[in-house]
Amino acid sequence: MRELNGAARHRIGFTLNGRAVSGWAEPRLLLTDFLRQELGETGTHVGCEHGICGACTIRIDGRAVRGCLYLAVQADGREVQTVEGLADPDGALNALQRAFRKHHALQCGYCTPGLLMSLTDLFARTPRPSEAQILDVVGGHLCRCTGYAGIMAAAREVAAEP
Amino acid sequence: MKPPRFDYVRPDTVEEALAVLADFGDEAQVIAGGQSLMAMLNLRLAGPRVLVDISRLEALSTCQETGDCLEIGAAVTQADLLDRADLAEAVPLLALALPHVGHAQTRNRGTVCGSLAHGDPSSELPLCLAALEGQVVLRSTRGERRLDAAQFQTGLLSTAREADELIVAARFPLRRAGAGHAFAEVARRHGDFAIVGLAAVAHDGQVRLGVAGIADRPEIREWPFEREDIDAVLNRLAWDLDAADDLHASARYRRDIVRGLGPKVIAEARSCAN
Ligand code: FES
Ligand code: FES
Repeated sequence: MRELNGAARHRIGFTLNGRAVSGWAEPRLLLTDFLRQELGETGTHVGCEHGICGACTIRIDGRAVRGCLYLAVQADGREVQTVEGLADPDGALNALQRAFRKHHALQCGYCTPGLLMSLTDLFARTPRPSEAQILDVVGGHLCRCTGYAGIMAAAREVAAEP
Repeated sequence: MKPPRFDYVRPDTVEEALAVLADFGDEAQVIAGGQSLMAMLNLRLAGPRVLVDISRLEALSTCQETGDCLEIGAAVTQADLLDRADLAEAVPLLALALPHVGHAQTRNRGTVCGSLAHGDPSSELPLCLAALEGQVVLRSTRGERRLDAAQFQTGLLSTAREADELIVAARFPLRRAGAGHAFAEVARRHGDFAIVGLAAVAHDGQVRLGVAGIADRPEIREWPFEREDIDAVLNRLAWDLDAADDLHASARYRRDIVRGLGPKVIAEARSCAN
């Protein structure tokens, strides 16, 4: 049984975008804050911090989840993927990111990392998703800028790619 | 906001989890998927002394058909269940209702039993369990007991679970031959909490209708098929549930959903029955 004292910081390690990372966390530390503040990976955004907006969405063990509803200590030993892992190491955007740019699927960009990770998850599971499947996934996010049309267009384009 | 301070334990066995619950009682809080609890912690609506994480317990991660039920372990996520190819055959009502539970991103982490444990009056899974007359399996160092859905949920966000008990599984009855099922809900947006959710089961000349989102827990009523005054019956039910106005909808709107959507859900369940 793993027992962690609430007042102390504990060593937490997991795989982040393919490389081993570690840091220190109190049990109450959210995974979003661990990523951003302990690891300095600020690509993952934090909006509502109670599961509604989707800005914090990341993938854990190949499933899109809310980073703000996940404790850092729960991620110990897991495989975590964030928006930083999408582009090539040389910075070249991947197909989904290029489609977002092309279709103006972002304006302020606050919601974008979460949407990219949710859609990455969808395409990993369902390479040719239907309109309804895309809508279901995009429906788990709030975007206050775009009106969603560009986001849907970008997702549709990737879904139609050979 | 951020959660208040708590100790964290991750037991390696169910027995260890039960021992912690026996020690700490209501100062302990079980977390599985945490899709309700984490939000409550972040909002500081919950402040346990110790958080007991059961999400990695292998023994609770299985779904199996036992006798006439699909027994769903406490660590099984809503997405795991929805991924089962035979779900629509085994428990059709779950296959119909699960896509309405939260969003894909929360179903990936949220568990079936966690949703039952939370006991939100508008949530889909307690409604399904009640409409199907399923059971919740509770275990403690004192032993194990099974409660019918109607005994388990006692009101708004409250259940009959004792402080030292762990929900180890939920038992959803398998589809009975010839039974028809239907599910519908009205929500502000897909994935939001239902304003009103309706589940119908038609079987053996009887129809059962469950209503969530009005009373403090799912309410179930049953009629014979041949009942002709169904509109009057639904109207009475709508008034019986004693709807209240809130931010999302007026009492009258809620009654209208029961009166307007109720006949459609019943008709759909009957059309799937044979
Ligand atoms: S910050 Fe996690 S859902 Fe809004
Ligand atoms: S681009 Fe600004 S919130 Fe979506």
